[in-house]
Amino acid sequence: MPRRPFLIVSVLLGTALVLSIALGAVTIPPGSAVRILLNKIPGVDFDNIWPAYFETILWDLRLPHTILVALTGAALAGSGAAFQGLFRNPLADPYLIGVASGAGLGAIVIMSIPQAGRYLVPLGAFLGALITIVSVYQLAKVGQIVPLTTLILAGVAIGSFTSALTSFLMLISDQMVLQAMSFLLGGSTVTGWDPLAVALPYFSIGLTLLIFSGHSLNVLQFGEEQARQLGLPVEKVKLFIIISASLTTAAAVSFSGVIGFIGLVVPHIIRILWGGDYKHLIPLSIIGGGITLLVADILARIVMAPGYLPVGIVTAMIGAPFFLWILRRAKKEVFW
Amino acid sequence: MTAANITLMQIQDISAGYGDTPALENITLEVKQGEIMGLIGPNGAGKSTLIKVISGVLRASAGEVYIDGQPITSLSTAARARRIAVVPQARQLGGAFSVRQAVLLGRTAYLGFLGKPGEKDLQVLEWAMKETAVDTLADRKLAEISGGEQQRVLLARALAQDARVLLLDEPTNHLDLKYQVGLLRLLRELVDKESLSILMAMHDLNQVSGVVDRVALLVNGRIQSIGKPDVVLTPENIQDAYQTEVELFQHPQSGIHYLFPKT
Repeated sequence: MPRRPFLIVSVLLGTALVLSIALGAVTIPPGSAVRILLNKIPGVDFDNIWPAYFETILWDLRLPHTILVALTGAALAGSGAAFQGLFRNPLADPYLIGVASGAGLGAIVIMSIPQAGRYLVPLGAFLGALITIVSVYQLAKVGQIVPLTTLILAGVAIGSFTSALTSFLMLISDQMVLQAMSFLLGGSTVTGWDPLAVALPYFSIGLTLLIFSGHSLNVLQFGEEQARQLGLPVEKVKLFIIISASLTTAAAVSFSGVIGFIGLVVPHIIRILWGGDYKHLIPLSIIGGGITLLVADILARIVMAPGYLPVGIVTAMIGAPFFLWILRRAKKEVFW
Repeated sequence: MTAANITLMQIQDISAGYGDTPALENITLEVKQGEIMGLIGPNGAGKSTLIKVISGVLRASAGEVYIDGQPITSLSTAARARRIAVVPQARQLGGAFSVRQAVLLGRTAYLGFLGKPGEKDLQVLEWAMKETAVDTLADRKLAEISGGEQQRVLLARALAQDARVLLLDEPTNHLDLKYQVGLLRLLRELVDKESLSILMAMHDLNQVSGVVDRVALLVNGRIQSIGKPDVVLTPENIQDAYQTEVELFQHPQSGIHYLFPKT
């Protein structure tokens, strides 16, 4: 296991976390932010040289928000890397292949049922993601392979369809239009510790499963036929990866809305920097996704302060040009 | 060939097809320990299909394949991969892996879900790379090495499976003459040294005689002729199978048969 890449991304993640806690409409000096955090550890006692409301902002707003953003970025990049490995296609991304939209629809369906509890939303998103991915896969498959073009086309078609259904649902249930709109733009409307507590199991299970699938993804890179000849129970493994990646995508969408391009951009950068071994690519993408979405989220907070720009807009503005660049590169197939 | 005349692989009445189109009908043949069995026949005769059936990628509609007397349909994917290894044609290998990583994937059937190799796996890895002379390329990326080297990497990966039966699908396709000769020689050495059994689909009829112990001629999914090369490679058989008139030449020293299209 190479140590250096992990050291680099860990340091970057730490920095992004501190900045995310410190920056916003009210800026808490990073030094104070770190001390406030450390004070919670028994035996550590820094003098309170900061106004008391800093602690409130930090504990009740910034910290849960920051953790949720980091987990969302991690989930999107991790599942993006897994989808890319599964389809052996550099453009597979939970957003581009429609899985995120499917999860969004699943979430909205649950939200529009008044009797359904909030805790059912991730389950709805998971089912939406699963149905979408299976449909897109079946539509995009040509013989044994899933070509670049059909995958994107099927993803766009299914994505548009689920988005249309989502819009329709939002129109006929007007009292929740605003909430749902902001949610779908990737606004991270959910704040506070309670939703985070609901989200945490989904994220941790999904991300752990993804990390475990690194070896299988490596074997699959030689194609399903060779993977089977090498002794990999291909159908079981595919199911495992699809479920893990859908679960992770669904968790991200349920708590932060549909955020594009993180799942595409982050694994791609990691692959260029440190190679395509999925045993490292998945965990590095997970950490890298956390960093990237934190940075996008900080930008979203600063640009329109004291307002908040939905983070999905930021990632799309940066991610779309990057996507076009990858599309051009993908033709050369240097890293595949 | 080893003195022991033990049958390692027994193919019994195999029929298979794609959808309603039959590709193989009642194939029966056996490969002995230490034997190289060639598989020839025109395009679409069923050579690749037979390899797919034996390696478990395609389900046979009838019949069974036995390895050491054990039916392969009773084996798990991993257990089968520990007995039968496949060397596919090298074309467009994923470039992201190093040679060492690619060969190590041959140990998949022995590794756990996380793919963490043990000491034995690493020993077999080094042995397989040395046998095929790719150990000097161990840290190179697959995309950076030549087609002949890639083919040896795939052979190394198959050797790492530690299987007694090797299946090869036209391994010398796309290779320069030098690599073709080198690869076939290496296979002969391995079979003699490790008492492996090889079933190899071959394209070039004139490579057959010098390499295989026996050869099976497949036409339209059936075995038309099977036996020693000079029994099978007759102008009549080849004309029937390939719909092309050929002439037979005998090498003055070795006596090996060579066939050329009539001009």
